[in-house]
Amino acid sequence: MEKSEIKGFIAKRVAKELHDGDVVNLGIGLPTLVPNYLPEGVHVTLQAENGTVGAAAAGQFQEADKFHIVNAGGQPSGVIPGGAFIDSATSFGLIRGGHVQATILGGLEVDEEGSLSNWIIPGKMMPGMGGAMDLLVGAKLVIVAMEHTNKGKAKILKKCTLPYTAVKVVNLIITEMGVMKVTDEGLVLTEINPEFTVEEVQAATEAKLIISPDLKPMV
Amino acid sequence: MPKFTSIKEAIDLIKDGDTIMVGGFMGCGSPDNVLKAIADKGVKDLTVICNDAGFPEGSGPTGNNYGLAWLIANHQVKKLIATHVGLNPNVATQFFQEKTLEVCLIPQGSCAEMIRAGGAGLGGVLTPTGVGTIVEDSPYCLGKQTVNGKDYLLMAPLKADFALLEAYKVDKAGNCWYKGTTSNFNIVMGTAAETVIVEAENVVEVGEIAPEDVRTFGMLVDYVVQK
Repeated sequence: MEKSEIKGFIAKRVAKELHDGDVVNLGIGLPTLVPNYLPEGVHVTLQAENGTVGAAAAGQFQEADKFHIVNAGGQPSGVIPGGAFIDSATSFGLIRGGHVQATILGGLEVDEEGSLSNWIIPGKMMPGMGGAMDLLVGAKLVIVAMEHTNKGKAKILKKCTLPYTAVKVVNLIITEMGVMKVTDEGLVLTEINPEFTVEEVQAATEAKLIISPDLKPMV
Repeated sequence: MPKFTSIKEAIDLIKDGDTIMVGGFMGCGSPDNVLKAIADKGVKDLTVICNDAGFPEGSGPTGNNYGLAWLIANHQVKKLIATHVGLNPNVATQFFQEKTLEVCLIPQGSCAEMIRAGGAGLGGVLTPTGVGTIVEDSPYCLGKQTVNGKDYLLMAPLKADFALLEAYKVDKAGNCWYKGTTSNFNIVMGTAAETVIVEAENVVEVGEIAPEDVRTFGMLVDYVVQK
Protein backbone atom coordinates (compact mmCIF):
# COMPACT_ATOMS: atom_id res chain seq x y z
CA MET A 1 0.00 0.00 0.00
CA GLU A 2 1.29 3.44 -0.97
CA LYS A 3 2.23 5.62 2.02
CA SER A 4 -0.15 8.34 0.77
CA GLU A 5 -3.12 5.94 0.81
CA ILE A 6 -2.60 4.56 4.31
CA LYS A 7 -4.26 7.30 6.36
CA GLY A 8 -7.37 7.42 4.18
CA PHE A 9 -7.62 3.63 4.21
CA ILE A 10 -7.51 3.52 8.01
CA ALA A 11 -9.94 6.44 8.37
CA LYS A 12 -12.40 4.80 5.99
CA ARG A 13 -12.44 1.61 8.07
CA VAL A 14 -12.78 3.54 11.34
CA ALA A 15 -15.81 5.36 9.95
CA LYS A 16 -17.74 2.06 9.76
CA GLU A 17 -17.60 1.77 13.56
CA LEU A 18 -19.67 4.91 14.06
CA HIS A 19 -23.43 4.98 14.33
CA ASP A 20 -25.94 7.57 13.30
CA GLY A 21 -26.35 10.06 16.13
CA ASP A 22 -23.09 9.28 17.92
CA VAL A 23 -21.22 12.09 19.66
CA VAL A 24 -17.59 11.60 18.66
CA ASN A 25 -14.31 13.20 19.70
CA LEU A 26 -11.49 13.03 17.18
CA GLY A 27 -7.81 13.35 18.03
CA ILE A 28 -5.58 15.47 15.81
CA GLY A 29 -4.10 14.11 12.58
CA LEU A 30 -5.47 10.93 11.00
CA PRO A 31 -8.69 10.80 13.10
CA THR A 32 -9.86 14.12 11.62
CA LEU A 33 -10.19 12.35 8.24
CA VAL A 34 -12.83 9.93 9.54
CA PRO A 35 -15.91 12.15 8.88
CA ASN A 36 -14.98 12.18 5.17
CA TYR A 37 -15.78 8.47 4.99
CA LEU A 38 -18.99 8.10 7.00
CA PRO A 39 -21.38 5.61 5.39
CA GLU A 40 -24.50 7.04 3.79
CA GLY A 41 -27.15 7.85 6.37
CA VAL A 42 -24.69 8.07 9.26
CA HIS A 43 -24.39 11.52 10.79
CA VAL A 44 -22.34 12.11 13.89
CA THR A 45 -21.91 15.10 16.20
CA LEU A 46 -18.28 16.12 16.62
CA GLN A 47 -17.22 17.23 20.07
CA ALA A 48 -14.09 19.36 20.38
CA GLU A 49 -12.87 19.29 23.97
CA ASN A 50 -11.79 22.92 23.95
CA GLY A 51 -15.41 24.00 23.69
CA THR A 52 -17.64 22.87 20.83
CA VAL A 53 -20.47 20.37 20.58
CA GLY A 54 -21.31 20.15 16.89
CA ALA A 55 -17.95 21.19 15.51
CA ALA A 56 -17.57 21.62 11.75
CA ALA A 57 -15.43 19.15 9.83
CA ALA A 58 -11.68 19.79 9.79
CA GLY A 59 -10.67 22.76 7.71
CA GLN A 60 -14.14 24.35 7.59
CA PHE A 61 -14.16 27.82 9.14
CA GLN A 62 -15.21 31.40 8.51
CA GLU A 63 -12.38 33.89 8.13
CA ALA A 64 -14.23 36.33 10.44
CA ASP A 65 -14.30 33.77 13.25
CA LYS A 66 -10.73 32.54 13.09
CA PHE A 67 -9.68 34.22 16.35
CA HIS A 68 -12.78 33.06 18.23
CA ILE A 69 -13.50 29.51 17.11
CA VAL A 70 -10.70 26.95 17.14
CA ASN A 71 -10.50 23.18 17.32
CA ALA A 72 -8.59 21.05 19.81
CA GLY A 73 -5.42 21.58 17.79
CA GLY A 74 -5.76 25.35 18.10
CA GLN A 75 -6.61 25.72 14.40
CA PRO A 76 -9.52 27.82 13.09
CA SER A 77 -12.75 25.86 13.15
CA GLY A 78 -16.50 26.25 12.90
CA VAL A 79 -19.78 25.10 14.35
CA ILE A 80 -22.72 23.44 12.63
CA PRO A 81 -26.29 24.72 12.89
CA GLY A 82 -27.66 23.33 16.16
CA GLY A 83 -24.22 23.24 17.75
CA ALA A 84 -23.16 24.84 21.01
CA PHE A 85 -20.12 26.43 22.62
CA ILE A 86 -19.20 25.29 26.11
CA ASP A 87 -16.45 25.99 28.62
CA SER A 88 -13.67 23.53 29.50
CA ALA A 89 -15.15 22.25 32.78
CA THR A 90 -18.50 21.55 31.09
CA SER A 91 -16.79 19.96 28.12
CA PHE A 92 -14.86 17.48 30.22
CA GLY A 93 -17.93 16.83 32.32
CA LEU A 94 -19.56 15.58 29.11
CA ILE A 95 -16.49 13.48 28.35
CA ARG A 96 -16.02 11.85 31.76
CA GLY A 97 -19.74 11.63 32.29
CA GLY A 98 -20.14 9.11 29.48
CA HIS A 99 -21.96 11.44 27.07
CA VAL A 100 -19.40 10.93 24.30
CA GLN A 101 -19.94 7.64 22.48
CA ALA A 102 -16.58 7.31 20.79
CA THR A 103 -13.10 8.74 20.75
CA ILE A 104 -10.62 8.06 17.98
CA LEU A 105 -6.98 8.80 18.56
CA GLY A 106 -3.48 7.81 17.59
CA GLY A 107 -0.84 6.20 19.73
CA LEU A 108 2.90 5.82 20.17
CA GLU A 109 2.31 2.39 21.72
CA VAL A 110 -0.73 0.27 22.48
CA ASP A 111 -0.68 -3.10 24.19
CA GLU A 112 -2.63 -6.33 24.36
CA GLU A 113 -4.34 -5.26 27.58
CA GLY A 114 -5.77 -2.23 25.83
CA SER A 115 -3.46 0.26 27.49
CA LEU A 116 -2.20 3.20 25.46
CA SER A 117 0.84 5.48 25.59
CA ASN A 118 0.84 8.64 23.52
CA TRP A 119 1.80 11.69 25.57
CA ILE A 120 5.40 11.60 26.73
CA ILE A 121 8.80 10.13 25.92
CA PRO A 122 10.71 10.65 29.18
CA GLY A 123 13.86 12.71 28.75
CA LYS A 124 13.10 13.48 25.11
CA MET A 125 9.63 14.80 24.46
CA MET A 126 6.78 15.87 26.66
CA PRO A 127 3.99 17.29 24.55
CA GLY A 128 1.53 16.53 27.35
CA MET A 129 -1.68 14.57 27.62
CA GLY A 130 -4.02 17.44 26.85
CA GLY A 131 -7.50 15.94 26.96
CA ALA A 132 -6.46 12.40 26.00
CA MET A 133 -6.48 10.88 29.50
CA ASP A 134 -9.99 12.15 30.18
CA LEU A 135 -11.25 11.03 26.76
CA LEU A 136 -9.84 7.54 27.22
CA VAL A 137 -11.53 6.96 30.55
CA GLY A 138 -14.75 8.72 29.60
CA ALA A 139 -15.65 7.68 26.06
CA LYS A 140 -17.73 4.51 25.73
CA LEU A 141 -15.82 3.29 22.64
CA VAL A 142 -12.08 3.91 22.30
CA ILE A 143 -10.57 3.34 18.86
CA VAL A 144 -6.84 3.65 18.27
CA ALA A 145 -6.29 4.52 14.62
CA MET A 146 -2.66 4.52 13.57
CA GLU A 147 -0.05 3.08 11.25
CA HIS A 148 0.77 -0.46 12.31
CA THR A 149 4.47 0.17 12.93
CA ASN A 150 6.79 3.12 13.42
CA LYS A 151 9.03 2.71 10.37
CA GLY A 152 9.01 -1.04 10.87
CA LYS A 153 9.28 -0.96 14.67
CA ALA A 154 6.35 -2.59 16.44
CA LYS A 155 3.89 -0.24 18.16
CA ILE A 156 1.40 -2.93 19.16
CA LEU A 157 3.13 -4.51 22.14
CA LYS A 158 2.66 -7.06 24.90
CA LYS A 159 3.09 -4.20 27.34
CA CYS A 160 3.65 -0.50 26.71
CA THR A 161 7.15 0.70 27.57
CA LEU A 162 6.29 4.42 27.66
CA PRO A 163 4.24 6.01 30.45
CA TYR A 164 0.57 5.17 30.03
CA THR A 165 -2.06 7.62 28.90
CA ALA A 166 -4.68 5.23 30.27
CA VAL A 167 -4.82 1.61 31.37
CA LYS A 168 -7.09 -1.09 29.87
CA VAL A 169 -9.37 1.26 27.98
CA VAL A 170 -8.86 0.58 24.26
CA ASN A 171 -11.60 -1.39 22.48
CA LEU A 172 -10.34 -1.50 18.89
CA ILE A 173 -7.05 -0.98 17.09
CA ILE A 174 -7.36 -0.16 13.40
CA THR A 175 -4.25 0.01 11.20
CA GLU A 176 -3.45 -0.37 7.51
CA MET A 177 -2.83 -4.09 8.17
CA GLY A 178 -5.99 -5.02 9.99
CA VAL A 179 -8.57 -4.61 12.73
CA MET A 180 -7.77 -5.90 16.22
CA LYS A 181 -10.26 -6.20 19.03
CA VAL A 182 -9.05 -6.02 22.63
CA THR A 183 -10.51 -8.91 24.65
CA ASP A 184 -9.79 -10.46 28.05
CA GLU A 185 -7.87 -13.19 26.21
CA GLY A 186 -5.75 -10.74 24.23
CA LEU A 187 -5.81 -9.09 20.82
CA VAL A 188 -8.10 -10.76 18.30
CA LEU A 189 -7.39 -10.07 14.64
CA THR A 190 -10.90 -9.83 13.17
CA GLU A 191 -10.11 -8.32 9.79
CA ILE A 192 -7.03 -8.31 7.60
CA ASN A 193 -6.03 -6.11 4.68
CA PRO A 194 -5.91 -8.59 1.74
CA GLU A 195 -2.53 -7.09 0.77
CA PHE A 196 -0.97 -8.81 3.79
CA THR A 197 -0.79 -12.36 5.13
CA VAL A 198 -1.56 -13.25 8.74
CA GLU A 199 2.13 -14.06 9.17
CA GLU A 200 3.12 -10.59 7.97
CA VAL A 201 0.70 -8.92 10.38
CA GLN A 202 1.99 -11.04 13.27
CA ALA A 203 5.61 -10.26 12.33
CA ALA A 204 4.83 -6.53 12.55
CA THR A 205 3.15 -6.99 15.94
CA GLU A 206 4.94 -7.74 19.22
CA ALA A 207 1.74 -8.87 20.96
CA LYS A 208 0.57 -12.38 20.11
CA LEU A 209 -2.47 -12.11 17.86
CA ILE A 210 -5.40 -14.45 18.27
CA ILE A 211 -6.71 -15.06 14.78
CA SER A 212 -10.48 -14.91 14.66
CA PRO A 213 -12.04 -18.08 13.20
CA ASP A 214 -14.24 -15.63 11.35
CA LEU A 215 -11.35 -13.53 9.94
CA LYS A 216 -12.66 -11.20 7.24
CA PRO A 217 -11.00 -9.06 4.60
CA MET A 218 -10.63 -5.42 5.64
CA VAL A 219 -12.16 -3.23 2.99
CA MET B 1 -17.72 47.22 40.69
CA PRO B 2 -14.64 46.62 38.61
CA LYS B 3 -12.21 49.38 37.84
CA PHE B 4 -11.81 50.25 34.16
CA THR B 5 -8.20 51.11 33.67
CA SER B 6 -5.18 50.93 31.36
CA ILE B 7 -3.34 47.70 30.71
CA LYS B 8 -0.25 49.28 32.25
CA GLU B 9 -1.95 50.15 35.54
CA ALA B 10 -3.58 46.74 35.83
CA ILE B 11 -0.44 44.73 35.24
CA ASP B 12 1.63 46.89 37.59
CA LEU B 13 -0.09 44.92 40.36
CA ILE B 14 1.68 41.73 39.29
CA LYS B 15 4.97 41.15 41.10
CA ASP B 16 7.93 38.79 40.70
CA GLY B 17 7.09 35.33 41.98
CA ASP B 18 3.29 35.68 41.73
CA THR B 19 1.02 32.86 40.63
CA ILE B 20 -1.16 33.72 37.65
CA MET B 21 -3.86 31.87 35.77
CA VAL B 22 -4.08 32.63 32.07
CA GLY B 23 -7.33 31.89 30.26
CA GLY B 24 -7.52 30.62 26.70
CA PHE B 25 -6.75 27.55 24.64
CA MET B 26 -3.80 27.80 22.27
CA GLY B 27 -4.19 31.57 22.55
CA CYS B 28 -7.89 31.53 21.62
CA GLY B 29 -9.50 33.44 24.49
CA SER B 30 -6.17 34.49 25.98
CA PRO B 31 -5.64 38.18 26.86
CA ASP B 32 -2.93 38.66 24.26
CA ASN B 33 -2.35 42.39 24.84
CA VAL B 34 -2.12 41.97 28.61
CA LEU B 35 0.39 39.15 28.13
CA LYS B 36 2.46 41.21 25.71
CA ALA B 37 2.46 44.08 28.22
CA ILE B 38 3.65 41.75 30.99
CA ALA B 39 6.43 40.60 28.67
CA ASP B 40 7.39 44.23 28.02
CA LYS B 41 7.39 44.96 31.76
CA GLY B 42 9.47 41.89 32.56
CA VAL B 43 8.25 40.58 35.93
CA LYS B 44 9.91 37.24 36.53
CA ASP B 45 9.77 33.92 38.39
CA LEU B 46 6.06 33.57 37.70
CA THR B 47 4.12 30.41 38.41
CA VAL B 48 1.60 30.11 35.60
CA ILE B 49 -1.50 27.93 35.33
CA CYS B 50 -2.61 27.77 31.71
CA ASN B 51 -3.93 25.03 29.44
CA ASP B 52 -0.91 25.32 27.14
CA ALA B 53 2.04 27.52 26.24
CA GLY B 54 0.45 29.14 23.18
CA PHE B 55 1.98 29.49 19.74
CA PRO B 56 5.53 30.86 19.53
CA GLU B 57 6.50 33.55 17.03
CA GLY B 58 6.03 32.41 13.46
CA SER B 59 3.57 29.59 14.11
CA GLY B 60 0.38 31.23 15.40
CA PRO B 61 -2.42 33.16 13.73
CA THR B 62 -0.85 36.59 14.26
CA GLY B 63 2.72 35.72 13.34
CA ASN B 64 3.86 37.03 16.72
CA ASN B 65 3.95 35.12 19.97
CA TYR B 66 0.36 34.20 20.78
CA GLY B 67 -1.13 33.50 24.20
CA LEU B 68 1.25 32.41 26.94
CA ALA B 69 4.06 32.19 24.38
CA TRP B 70 4.88 35.86 25.15
CA LEU B 71 5.95 35.04 28.71
CA ILE B 72 7.67 31.78 27.79
CA ALA B 73 9.75 33.47 25.06
CA ASN B 74 10.82 36.10 27.59
CA HIS B 75 11.83 33.50 30.23
CA GLN B 76 9.45 34.98 32.80
CA VAL B 77 7.89 31.69 33.85
CA LYS B 78 9.61 29.63 36.53
CA LYS B 79 6.91 26.99 36.88
CA LEU B 80 4.21 26.07 34.37
CA ILE B 81 1.16 24.00 35.25
CA ALA B 82 -0.41 23.00 31.93
CA THR B 83 -2.03 20.16 30.02
CA HIS B 84 -0.26 20.33 26.64
CA VAL B 85 2.90 22.18 25.68
CA GLY B 86 3.88 20.36 22.48
CA LEU B 87 3.06 23.21 20.11
CA ASN B 88 5.54 25.58 21.75
CA PRO B 89 9.06 24.12 21.38
CA ASN B 90 10.47 26.84 23.66
CA VAL B 91 8.99 24.95 26.62
CA ALA B 92 10.96 21.80 25.82
CA THR B 93 14.13 23.87 25.32
CA GLN B 94 13.75 25.61 28.67
CA PHE B 95 12.86 22.35 30.41
CA PHE B 96 15.31 19.86 28.89
CA GLN B 97 18.29 22.00 27.84
CA GLU B 98 18.32 25.26 29.77
CA LYS B 99 16.68 23.67 32.84
CA THR B 100 15.13 27.02 33.76
CA LEU B 101 11.48 26.00 33.60
CA GLU B 102 9.65 23.54 35.81
CA VAL B 103 6.67 21.94 34.05
CA CYS B 104 3.79 20.07 35.74
CA LEU B 105 1.49 18.38 33.25
CA ILE B 106 -2.08 17.66 34.36
CA PRO B 107 -4.94 16.11 32.35
CA GLN B 108 -7.05 18.85 30.80
CA GLY B 109 -10.33 17.81 32.36
CA SER B 110 -8.69 17.45 35.77
CA CYS B 111 -7.07 20.87 35.39
CA ALA B 112 -10.41 22.56 34.62
CA GLU B 113 -12.07 20.83 37.57
CA MET B 114 -9.15 21.60 39.94
CA ILE B 115 -9.48 25.29 39.12
CA ARG B 116 -13.25 25.06 39.52
CA ALA B 117 -12.71 23.42 42.92
CA GLY B 118 -10.32 26.20 43.91
CA GLY B 119 -12.93 28.79 43.02
CA ALA B 120 -15.83 26.91 44.55
CA GLY B 121 -14.32 26.27 47.96
CA LEU B 122 -13.92 22.54 47.48
CA GLY B 123 -11.09 20.51 48.96
CA GLY B 124 -10.28 18.66 45.76
CA VAL B 125 -11.62 16.65 42.87
CA LEU B 126 -12.16 12.89 42.64
CA THR B 127 -11.61 11.85 39.05
CA PRO B 128 -11.04 8.50 37.31
CA THR B 129 -8.70 10.27 34.89
CA GLY B 130 -5.05 9.35 35.35
CA VAL B 131 -5.58 6.20 37.43
CA GLY B 132 -2.67 3.81 36.77
CA THR B 133 -0.56 6.53 35.10
CA ILE B 134 2.29 8.73 36.36
CA VAL B 135 -0.29 11.40 37.18
CA GLU B 136 -0.56 9.45 40.45
CA ASP B 137 2.97 10.72 41.24
CA SER B 138 2.11 14.37 40.53
CA PRO B 139 2.49 16.77 43.47
CA TYR B 140 -1.11 17.76 42.69
CA CYS B 141 -2.41 14.22 43.21
CA LEU B 142 -3.26 13.85 46.90
CA GLY B 143 -4.07 10.14 46.83
CA LYS B 144 -6.32 7.46 45.49
CA GLN B 145 -9.78 6.51 46.69
CA THR B 146 -12.25 3.81 45.83
CA VAL B 147 -15.90 4.75 45.58
CA ASN B 148 -18.47 2.06 44.78
CA GLY B 149 -15.70 -0.23 43.58
CA LYS B 150 -14.16 2.25 41.16
CA ASP B 151 -10.76 3.95 41.62
CA TYR B 152 -10.38 7.71 41.58
CA LEU B 153 -7.52 10.14 42.05
CA LEU B 154 -7.92 12.99 44.51
CA MET B 155 -6.59 16.07 42.73
CA ALA B 156 -5.77 19.27 44.59
CA PRO B 157 -7.72 22.51 44.12
CA LEU B 158 -5.85 25.28 42.27
CA LYS B 159 -5.90 28.97 43.13
CA ALA B 160 -3.86 31.97 42.04
CA ASP B 161 -2.98 35.56 42.88
CA PHE B 162 -4.23 36.75 39.49
CA ALA B 163 -6.48 35.45 36.74
CA LEU B 164 -5.94 37.06 33.36
CA LEU B 165 -8.96 36.59 31.12
CA GLU B 166 -10.24 37.76 27.78
CA ALA B 167 -13.88 38.34 26.89
CA TYR B 168 -15.51 39.54 23.68
CA LYS B 169 -18.01 41.79 25.42
CA VAL B 170 -17.68 43.24 28.91
CA ASP B 171 -20.34 45.57 30.24
CA LYS B 172 -19.67 48.47 32.60
CA ALA B 173 -20.59 46.29 35.58
CA GLY B 174 -17.84 43.84 34.55
CA ASN B 175 -20.17 41.12 33.26
CA CYS B 176 -18.51 39.06 30.53
CA TRP B 177 -19.82 37.37 27.39
CA TYR B 178 -17.57 35.05 25.43
CA LYS B 179 -17.67 34.49 21.68
CA GLY B 180 -17.18 31.09 20.04
CA THR B 181 -14.80 28.78 21.86
CA THR B 182 -13.16 31.55 23.88
CA SER B 183 -14.91 30.76 27.17
CA ASN B 184 -12.77 27.61 27.71
CA PHE B 185 -10.71 28.09 30.90
CA ASN B 186 -11.76 31.74 31.36
CA ILE B 187 -14.97 30.76 33.14
CA VAL B 188 -13.39 28.68 35.91
CA MET B 189 -10.31 30.89 36.25
CA GLY B 190 -12.52 33.91 36.89
CA THR B 191 -13.62 32.27 40.14
CA ALA B 192 -10.25 31.05 41.42
CA ALA B 193 -7.96 34.08 41.80
CA GLU B 194 -7.60 36.89 44.31
CA THR B 195 -7.57 39.50 41.56
CA VAL B 196 -9.27 39.08 38.20
CA ILE B 197 -8.18 41.19 35.23
CA VAL B 198 -10.27 40.99 32.06
CA GLU B 199 -9.10 42.18 28.66
CA ALA B 200 -12.25 43.32 26.87
CA GLU B 201 -12.46 43.17 23.11
CA ASN B 202 -15.51 45.42 23.40
CA VAL B 203 -16.83 47.41 26.35
CA VAL B 204 -20.60 47.78 26.26
CA GLU B 205 -23.30 49.45 28.36
CA VAL B 206 -25.00 47.59 31.18
CA GLY B 207 -28.01 45.83 29.67
CA GLU B 208 -26.34 44.99 26.36
CA ILE B 209 -25.52 41.54 27.71
CA ALA B 210 -28.72 39.81 28.83
CA PRO B 211 -28.48 38.46 32.40
CA GLU B 212 -28.96 34.93 31.03
CA ASP B 213 -25.91 35.35 28.81
CA VAL B 214 -23.49 36.53 31.51
CA ARG B 215 -20.83 33.84 31.97
CA THR B 216 -18.32 35.61 34.23
CA PHE B 217 -20.17 37.81 36.67
CA GLY B 218 -19.11 41.38 37.30
CA MET B 219 -18.87 40.65 41.04
CA LEU B 220 -15.83 38.47 40.28
CA VAL B 221 -14.01 41.02 38.13
CA ASP B 222 -11.57 43.53 39.63
CA TYR B 223 -10.09 45.26 36.57
CA VAL B 224 -11.22 45.64 32.99
CA VAL B 225 -8.77 46.80 30.35
CA GLN B 226 -9.67 47.46 26.75
CA LYS B 227 -7.91 45.72 23.92
